Amino acid sequence: MKALYFAWVRERVGKAEEELDPPATVATVGDLIAWLSRRGEGYAHAFDKPLAVRAALDRVHARSDALIAGAKEVAFFPPMTGG
Amino acid sequence: MMATVRVQRDDFDPGAEAEGLARGRKDVGAVASFVGYCRDEGGRLAALELEHYAGMAEEEIARVVGEAEGRWPLLGVAVIHRYGRIAPGERIVFVAVAAAHRGAAFAAAEMLMDYLKTRAPFWKLVIGVDGAFEGWVEAKADDDRSAARWSDAVSGP
Repeated sequence: MKALYFAWVRERVGKAEEELDPPATVATVGDLIAWLSRRGEGYAHAFDKPLAVRAALDRVHARSDALIAGAKEVAFFPPMTGG
Repeated sequence: MMATVRVQRDDFDPGAEAEGLARGRKDVGAVASFVGYCRDEGGRLAALELEHYAGMAEEEIARVVGEAEGRWPLLGVAVIHRYGRIAPGERIVFVAVAAAHRGAAFAAAEMLMDYLKTRAPFWKLVIGVDGAFEGWVEAKADDDRSAARWSDAVSGP
């Protein structure tokens, strides 16, 4: 699946997007965050407060218990500050 | 209902956009519009850099418009949100709603703005006049409360 990172999540991870191939045990958005956090310092910093990071699956807001199976695109970002 | 959603780098003409909702129609009795501008925060802010999630931004705004349409009898909606670098005094966001009566137009415009702030995937980076003031704007609890009140409100006209 394709992963996109925005704002300070992007800055901390150090890239705007990448391809992810998580193992089958990674079932939910929350699992994916825990799995990403173990990939390195930047990821650990980006996700050190999991509740401060929001997610979307295929461009729709998703909670941490949402299942990622079948999703083509996942995005992580801080709470939104538009408007 | 006619709905326009645009996410763009360029500025827009709020007068023309609002007037466009009523032009050539005889059923529109009210157009309420809102324009959000970039503030200089007492001279400390040089510019905002607005980042957005292209694709989702348009889709999420369209979903919010759909929810407003389900609550009030609307005759037209226009939403424009800019991204990129925006200087103090420049326009950032525009919402206009056309309806037969003002109540629906005012209420829907306010709900759209409240929902846009908490749901549309945009993030503001502050470019300071000096480096100390720079950084990502933090989401406000007030904005969450403003958005949440629409969940409790009585729906319909």
